[in-house]
Amino acid sequence: MTHFFHLPRLSWRFIPVWRRNYLVWRKLAIPSILGNLADPMLYMLGLGYGLGSLLPDVGGMPYLTFLAAGTVAYSTMNAATFEVLYSSFSRMHVQRTWDAILNAPLTLDDVMLGELLWAVAKSLLSGLAILGVIWGLGLYGSFWMTLWLIPVVALVGFCFGGMGLVMNAVSPSYDFFLYYFTLIITPMVLLCGVFFPVSQLPPLLQNVSAWLPLSHAIDLARPLVLGKTPGDIVQHGAALCAYGFAGYVIALALTRRRLLK
Amino acid sequence: MLKVRGLTKRYGGTEVVRGVDLHVRRGECFGLLGPNGAGKTTTLRLLLGLIEPDSGSIELAGIAVPEHAREARMKVGVVPQMDNLDPDFSVRENLLTYGRYFGMAKSAIVARVPELLEFAGLASKADAPIVQLSGGMKRRLTLARALVHDPDILFLDEPTTGLDPQARHLIWQGLRRLLNEGKTIVLTTHFMDEAERLADRLVILDHGRVVAEGAPRALIESHIEPAVVEVFGEDLADWTHARAASLCQRFETVGETLFCYTASPDTVIAALKQAPALRYLHRPSNLEDVFLKLTGRDLRD
Repeated sequence: MTHFFHLPRLSWRFIPVWRRNYLVWRKLAIPSILGNLADPMLYMLGLGYGLGSLLPDVGGMPYLTFLAAGTVAYSTMNAATFEVLYSSFSRMHVQRTWDAILNAPLTLDDVMLGELLWAVAKSLLSGLAILGVIWGLGLYGSFWMTLWLIPVVALVGFCFGGMGLVMNAVSPSYDFFLYYFTLIITPMVLLCGVFFPVSQLPPLLQNVSAWLPLSHAIDLARPLVLGKTPGDIVQHGAALCAYGFAGYVIALALTRRRLLK
Repeated sequence: MLKVRGLTKRYGGTEVVRGVDLHVRRGECFGLLGPNGAGKTTTLRLLLGLIEPDSGSIELAGIAVPEHAREARMKVGVVPQMDNLDPDFSVRENLLTYGRYFGMAKSAIVARVPELLEFAGLASKADAPIVQLSGGMKRRLTLARALVHDPDILFLDEPTTGLDPQARHLIWQGLRRLLNEGKTIVLTTHFMDEAERLADRLVILDHGRVVAEGAPRALIESHIEPAVVEVFGEDLADWTHARAASLCQRFETVGETLFCYTASPDTVIAALKQAPALRYLHRPSNLEDVFLKLTGRDLRD
């Protein structure tokens, strides 16, 4: 395994890989936008209004606002995760698109960086759609502060894109991804304060939650929606970067072992 | 164009490539033959710098591999064993997208596309999706795609496996044309007629080693008797026992057929005329006979 490990050697050659994915996406943009974006929005509005009307303020704000801030991070996470699991897996394993690209003067480092940054782009789209709803419904404290959500969303996309690539590297088939959702993504959604405040959890789970990447994302996103400066910006940002970068580096080694042995 | 010395590659304890030397000259078609598992595809992947050798040196188009594999791959076009055209794109878009991987400007690729489509015989299919192409069309498009950056040298890994005879002839015609234009071709195949027809020189690999090297005709002349009489029929066992050793220079029985290798087939045929229960086929020996002699007749799956 150590033989396959080295730090990423980055180059600008990732651009045509990113662009390839963009050109394919552009062909199917309308259904893709509807499919990716409508779902989190429906949940947010349905639960926000339906459940929210039964609830007092949650975490010091109306439930819809609370949920909107969580949904920014949640839908961004999902967008990046789906992209690097199902779509990247199709390109790597089913269509063998990566094999074809590797015969050109690109390395696996380039290909996977292109894939990762494409996942970031898809995340941005997803996050911006939710941000659009937040603006439209006036769920924010300060418009200018909400603009900071854009880099946060990109960072969250990077984080979960990198983590998801690890699953992509080890997965024998699409079915395998269900484990990732059941064992990692879904528990994280419930532990990290998307639907209810983390303070409702038993202390032990609160401690676990503090380490999870989605918590760092929400700890940045929620204050920004309310128009406040988040606490511990550097720690949260660094944690998201670290998860994403570690994921990318590990995924690179595992994929190298898978494809280039 | 390609110089390889002492190339080895180990997986775990097994050596898949064991000290291979190759020398391919500019403008020639060089064949890499061998049974399944002989190390052909691994050798190609080593030459492209996709995997690192355990020892040995590779110089591809004057560039050291794997140290400068990126630069070397700029000069190489690859037709892989399995089609990996991009199913999300049309024929034309496949060429455009692939050209970008080589850093080509869009205008340069667009200018080249008509020529490539004409070469592949796909001018009328430029906007067709990949799923609508036949197996032969896909192979031709893969070949055209490998040419998008006008490489000096082409690597083809079993380019006609799975194609019908018409489609194979079209591919061969295309390769001839490229050779006439001065391209260098390195080709792996286990079709002996393909190698005999196309290759100027070839090596036969077995268990990761080069077991023979030379021009196809020269290999046939130096490794094997000039003629083969294949004998089959009910009394084969008795006849083999009584006559084969005295009539053939070398013989072997495979299943229900006796292969009699000889320089004087007329004598063998005269003897066979006396045995009406036997049927026979007389033919000049070919590369396949050499191949089977050197690599044996065992299955290699």
